[in-house]
Amino acid sequence: MHFLPRPKTARRALLVLATALMSLPAFGQINLSGVWQNLLDEDFPDRLAGPELGDYAGLPINAADRLRGETWDASLITLPDYQCRVHPSDYASAFADIRIWEEYDRESQNLIAIHLHHFAWGTERTIWMDGRPHPPDYALHTAMGFSTGKWEGDILTVTTDHLKEGWFRRNGLARSDKAVVTEHFIRHDNGLTWVTVVDDPAYLEEPLFRSRDYTFSVAGQIAPYPCESVEEIIRPRGVIPHHLPGTNTFLKEYQQRHGIPEDAAMGGAKTMYPEYRSKLKGAGVQPK
Amino acid sequence: MRTTQTIPVLAIAALAGAALAIAQPAPARAPGIPQNFDNVEVHILPAQGNVYMLVGSGGNITVQAGSDGVLLVDAEYAGLADKILAAVRKISDRPLRYIINTHYHPDHTNGNERLRKAGSTIAGGNVAGDLGAEASEGAQIIAHVNVLNRMSAPTGRQAAAPQGSWPTDTFIGNEKKLWFNNEGIEIIHIPNAHTDGDSIVYFRRSDVISTGDLFVTTTYPIIDVAAGGTINGYIEALNRIIDLIVPVYGQEGGTLVIPGHGRLCDLGDVINYREMVTIIRDRVQDMIKKGMTLEQVKAAKPTFDYDPLYGSSTFWTTDRFVEAVYNTLAPKKK
Repeated sequence: MHFLPRPKTARRALLVLATALMSLPAFGQINLSGVWQNLLDEDFPDRLAGPELGDYAGLPINAADRLRGETWDASLITLPDYQCRVHPSDYASAFADIRIWEEYDRESQNLIAIHLHHFAWGTERTIWMDGRPHPPDYALHTAMGFSTGKWEGDILTVTTDHLKEGWFRRNGLARSDKAVVTEHFIRHDNGLTWVTVVDDPAYLEEPLFRSRDYTFSVAGQIAPYPCESVEEIIRPRGVIPHHLPGTNTFLKEYQQRHGIPEDAAMGGAKTMYPEYRSKLKGAGVQPK
Repeated sequence: MRTTQTIPVLAIAALAGAALAIAQPAPARAPGIPQNFDNVEVHILPAQGNVYMLVGSGGNITVQAGSDGVLLVDAEYAGLADKILAAVRKISDRPLRYIINTHYHPDHTNGNERLRKAGSTIAGGNVAGDLGAEASEGAQIIAHVNVLNRMSAPTGRQAAAPQGSWPTDTFIGNEKKLWFNNEGIEIIHIPNAHTDGDSIVYFRRSDVISTGDLFVTTTYPIIDVAAGGTINGYIEALNRIIDLIVPVYGQEGGTLVIPGHGRLCDLGDVINYREMVTIIRDRVQDMIKKGMTLEQVKAAKPTFDYDPLYGSSTFWTTDRFVEAVYNTLAPKKK
């Protein structure tokens, strides 16, 4: 069979089609834009009311971080310098709504970045999607960190470093500035699961996994979040509230109130796993 | 335009030999000056405004540049001078006019002499008339007088650093001010902190503070007790730095901070560091009140929870830090 030579325009059309097919994964991208309402049905007491003092159960913290928690004094956050400290990006999914929007290059329509606004303290972060490298170690670290993303099928996977020191839990368990965070944003129709994996060589025995769920809000609005520091307690210059090691009398309250053995309450990687329950049989204390 | 008085180089050199009465203790810093810099790169990181941070192998260098010329805060090692100058030339082709030393340690001052020779002093009128061309030779080196005291020596004694690297323009008291590149610059002396001659440099228009080793992100505070450093002075230095910072929101943005070693920072980083240093000071102070010896304090590991962040087994070891804290808090034996 003899084929007629194709005109140039047909070749160009084929080239365009081939190019489009080669970038097929782009068609797998999911639009995450919009306002997403936070669902609080998982770990509720920890997330809104806040954790109890001395509750480190199920967190893979090491001994150094445990001491950070044991010596932490909640009065620290009455200091003016601490009152408007924002939730770091790896803790932000704990509560409150978010808005996600995309930024495209006008000419090429390539995705440059995905932005995320969080209600709490009005924090905003940028997830760079254009393949740019992370900054050098000596660049500024921030509460949001420096994030780059890529699509893995329909899942947006984000890597974040250059984080300032933050926290695993709001009861003094510090997350170090050496941590690297991997996130997965997974959309299921009008649902969104935000998975956070924190790898902290300074304060974790194993990576910390957490997932939080959101639902799409058609008419979602996010209010502003102004914050102004005030002098709440007059103190001598330079005072930092903290407990000396071994003197924090509040640590036992959680164990006694819920009948949880000290070994479990103090956390560590072993307390994350189901088999740990069998080791606890008969070790509990009776709740008051 | 310059608004500060200049003490001519020759006069300083003469005074240095005659007027110094302070004994020269062995520097607690000085891990040894590296000899080979072949594999060291000097990186440029824009901070904000007219200010940049240079990162090499010693202390960070701060660069302020504009139409008046170039000002450096600290000078790293002499062996890196060519690379430092090459980096500066990427920022500005204007003459190097000032080097400000935040303290006397060689990782911040060893490059003074070579960098100074590459620059020139703004001189004219009566000064130039009296001294001729010499008046403008080399950039000025500004520091607190105790930096000169530490680097030089009384006549007949061996100086800690070569004369060409000594400060040429010293100040006493708490502060010296400059106006350079359309910017007010405050050089604020903090007594008895890292050493007895520390200064921070505040660029008011650019809104950047260069701290020298009064704030670092890489180790526990280096307290050169033999050179007058104390833990309480160090904490006061951190509080002074925090006082100067205005963040955009919460603990971030606004005033930027270039530490003596480590990464570019802002308020949150200094607050976290101040928190750590204050807590460890309080723990050691409590142990001293209980009558614990230095060895007992070390064994109690008062830094345990911060060791993953700042602990070290080389040069400025965790033990050396605890010793410095203990020795500057414990009552002096009579």
